[in-house]
Amino acid sequence: MNAFAVLRRRAGRWALNGAATLSLAYILLPLIFVVWLAFFRQEIPSFPPEGYSLRWFAAILDQRKFVDGFSLSFQVGVLATGLGLLLGVPAALCLARYDFTWRAPLGSLLLMPLIVPGVVLGTAMYVFHVELENALDVDVIGTFYALVSGHVVIVIPWIVRLVTASLSGVDRTIEEAAQNLGANRWVTFWRVTLPAIRPGIVAGALFGFVTSFGNLEMSLFLVGPGRTTLPIVILQYLEWKIDPTIAAVSVVQIALIAIAMLVTDRYVKLARVV
Amino acid sequence: MARLDIESLSKRYGDFHAVREVSLQVADGEFLVLLGPSGCGKTTTLRMVAGFIEPTAGRVKLGGREVTLLPPWKRNAGMVFQSYALFPHLTVAQNVAFGLEMRKVPRAEIGKRVEEALALVRLGGLGGRLPRQLSGGQQQRVALARALAIRPDVLLLDEPLSNLDAKLRQEVRVEIRELQQKLGLTAVMVTHDQEEALTMADRLVVMSDGAVRQVGTQRDLYERPANRFVADFVGRSTFFEGEVEAPGRFRTDGGLALACVGGTPGRGALALRPERVGIAAAPQSGLDNSLPGTVEFISYLGALIDIHVRLSPADRLIVHVANRDGAFVPEVGQPVHVGWPAAAAQVFNE
Repeated sequence: MNAFAVLRRRAGRWALNGAATLSLAYILLPLIFVVWLAFFRQEIPSFPPEGYSLRWFAAILDQRKFVDGFSLSFQVGVLATGLGLLLGVPAALCLARYDFTWRAPLGSLLLMPLIVPGVVLGTAMYVFHVELENALDVDVIGTFYALVSGHVVIVIPWIVRLVTASLSGVDRTIEEAAQNLGANRWVTFWRVTLPAIRPGIVAGALFGFVTSFGNLEMSLFLVGPGRTTLPIVILQYLEWKIDPTIAAVSVVQIALIAIAMLVTDRYVKLARVV
Repeated sequence: MARLDIESLSKRYGDFHAVREVSLQVADGEFLVLLGPSGCGKTTTLRMVAGFIEPTAGRVKLGGREVTLLPPWKRNAGMVFQSYALFPHLTVAQNVAFGLEMRKVPRAEIGKRVEEALALVRLGGLGGRLPRQLSGGQQQRVALARALAIRPDVLLLDEPLSNLDAKLRQEVRVEIRELQQKLGLTAVMVTHDQEEALTMADRLVVMSDGAVRQVGTQRDLYERPANRFVADFVGRSTFFEGEVEAPGRFRTDGGLALACVGGTPGRGALALRPERVGIAAAPQSGLDNSLPGTVEFISYLGALIDIHVRLSPADRLIVHVANRDGAFVPEVGQPVHVGWPAAAAQVFNE
């Protein structure tokens, strides 16, 4: 009976490990192929490769639209994340700390952009921008600021979610202790609350930035002439060519995000917040 | 250090009276303990003194200065929290320095005072550690050092020992009390643990349902409880339900006639401390009350032996016998005689 129980437990562990490995492979395989492809020498991707080269990485730099797209995506991502923090952190504090009538609906509303399809979000924003432009008589559609404000919307859910999660782990009495020792509300926030929720803020900002940087569907509705984010540049390029340049661009993108995660993880253990 | 005056302090949440008209004076250098079951309003009272809760009515004066409506950071009351509430991202020394930085104490002096405070709680040399690297007892001492470093007018302790294990609690109890006496601190502590309250306090305040039931020394509360609640809450008592027939005469619902001191005729209860009752195999002469009974239950508590004696179908009496050589210790089922002087019992009218 005992041997049977051990066997069952071992079988269970094998099943679990197997399932985990399969899921991981399912996620990683496309990435691995993209990275592999980026180093192929020939123009038309085919297996097996004729040889390997770095020419596609060089090709990126030869084409301004990739460089511009990258730069725009980066700027939008940074700005949207910054604004998202300014709005999202106070929102999370409010949701976690105060009980008011519209708390639950407001909380759901702030997480909504995670669920609403990007195309729907983009259409809605486009229509909103048209109305706004008509009403205010200033340029809105296709401007940089319109693009950034759209991205703020998809950044906020990440920040709200992760900051709320880290707030729930903070003992509120440490704030009382700070006040008892002579710190007013403002000092208490800066010296005690903020450091305590920093992991959540950093992780929220990172995920928000990555979401903004990789966003395609919503951005399609928000970009203007001569102002295209990297994912859109990639899409447009793919309509005409399928050489490994795109794979090389993706590799650069993956590498940057991986580095950002690794660096962040050194300061804040991401596994603890997410 | 300074004196603390609480004047008719009340706190109401809707229809719920958390604290009703509490008035207390704590003298300079006095250790006052608020004792009561959970939900009795003792913590709410303490938090109103600290400034975390705004009272509905009444006043709080610290060293003669009215602080009732001041925010916590303008009060100079040092608090030790039940969870210690150490700042997890700061080292022990930084934790202790926090209050001094808020008071704009010069850097050089901060270092000196932090060291002093840590030495006071015997944690010198651990200033560089983070709170999570310390044991529960050490964290508790850091919390104490942090509260003392600001040289508060009053030290507030909110169940400071309840997260420590029993052995450590007894040590820290004595340690805090000695420190308080050595430094002449004015202190108010909240606890539900009566042993803790009895060992540490100069004076105790027993609370229930938001109101003060009695204020007094350990001896006052134990020997002369003001009401049935205090007699029941502090120490152990056997209560006989019944009627005062005349001053000095009490008849239990089980029909026993007992001699007592005073009492006004009417329904009431007679309270008796278990260690004031004598127990023997034969009737006891020279005592106002001597009754036969049967031993129903015995438990051995080490220093004491706890004996439950059935006196009538409705009356059961608890007797404590000191565990000494030659002590009379009966067996379950054995007929015995119990006795006590009239003055040993107390009568509470309903």
